[in-house]
Amino acid sequence: MECLFGLVGKDFAITVSDATSIQSIVVMKHTEDKSRNLNKHIIMLYAGEPGDTVNFAEYIQRNVRFYEIKNGIELSPQAAAKFTRRQVAESLRSRQPYSVNLLIAGYDVKTEASQLYWIDYLGSLIEIPFAAHGYGAYYVTSVLDRYYYPQISLDEAKVLIKKCIDELKTRFFINLSNFKIKVSNKDGIQEIVL
Amino acid sequence: MSSEIDEYNGGSVLAMLGKNCVAIASDKRFGMKLMTLGTEFPKIFQATDKIYIAMAGLATDIQTLSELIRYKINMYKLREEREIEPTTLAYMVASTLYERRFSPYYVSPLIAGLDKNNKPYICNMDLIGCVTTTNDFVVGGAADDCLLGTCEALYEPDLEPEDLFETISQSLISAVDRNAASGWGAVVHVLTPERVITRTLKTRQD
Repeated sequence: MECLFGLVGKDFAITVSDATSIQSIVVMKHTEDKSRNLNKHIIMLYAGEPGDTVNFAEYIQRNVRFYEIKNGIELSPQAAAKFTRRQVAESLRSRQPYSVNLLIAGYDVKTEASQLYWIDYLGSLIEIPFAAHGYGAYYVTSVLDRYYYPQISLDEAKVLIKKCIDELKTRFFINLSNFKIKVSNKDGIQEIVL
Repeated sequence: MSSEIDEYNGGSVLAMLGKNCVAIASDKRFGMKLMTLGTEFPKIFQATDKIYIAMAGLATDIQTLSELIRYKINMYKLREEREIEPTTLAYMVASTLYERRFSPYYVSPLIAGLDKNNKPYICNMDLIGCVTTTNDFVVGGAADDCLLGTCEALYEPDLEPEDLFETISQSLISAVDRNAASGWGAVVHVLTPERVITRTLKTRQD
């Protein structure tokens, strides 16, 4: 029931996660942050089995950080995504696999380009211009298919994100009232409100 | 649509034998059951200058296995100080798959290549590494039954590279256009002793 999505623009990546924390039929919280920053430029969104999600996200976050301290270089979004994919894929065939769906978005300082990676709980990794997880994907991808174009500007992307959220609010049967929106560009990661 | 795990992400692959050449092709779709998520998902991997591997099946296993095979090919090259031969590679992949006999990688790999005497070779195998070598064509993936039909109708032996390209392309396009889990463009490699011809194809976008 959770919804994560994101898109890549001209020189930035923007991500959206719903801020609703649900247990059984009860909404526990409207301000849950379902994201972790892996470094200065990489955002990771997560959804899935409660417990697994935060545990896995922080495991990745700290291992990416550890790699950067050990080697003295910042990991690119691609490298972080491929490392994460492998951890999910290895966990899949373990006794107790993590059930976590992820989006990794970021700005690559070296190539000066933004990327978005979609990873599911099986460990499939794809790089795409826009992506979504959860039931919300059925609504959001349709809107993005219609209005997204490569090299979209940040201002227009914000309008587009607003369109996606409005669609979810009108057509999705779960009341997702609040969303957390993050932007990653050359200056780092900022949380924004529309 | 099948509920089988090997057709969860969709995708199809195909290889054909020509006169002193081989061709290998795949579609580009990545989906989750009926929903298409990506249209640039590579299913063909270069093993050496003259050997390519294509894999259809569960995307996570395609990625994991292709990385594992790349590692093994690199180790082989370092240890032996020569390039691996197509048949050797086929049995290397097969034993890698059989190691996982009771929790397999859900993939159907195809191998197409030219050996050290530039003799063309193709084979396919099942998910636990049972190798089948043929002297015409091999297929795999969600549209494998469609592919078998189109190949059976269009294939003829001893085709020159350009004719082989046309035959493999038309066989793949006809088959994946009829299969909901495959399509969204295709990639074709034709391997000749002199060079590798790589072309991308447009197919139906639905």
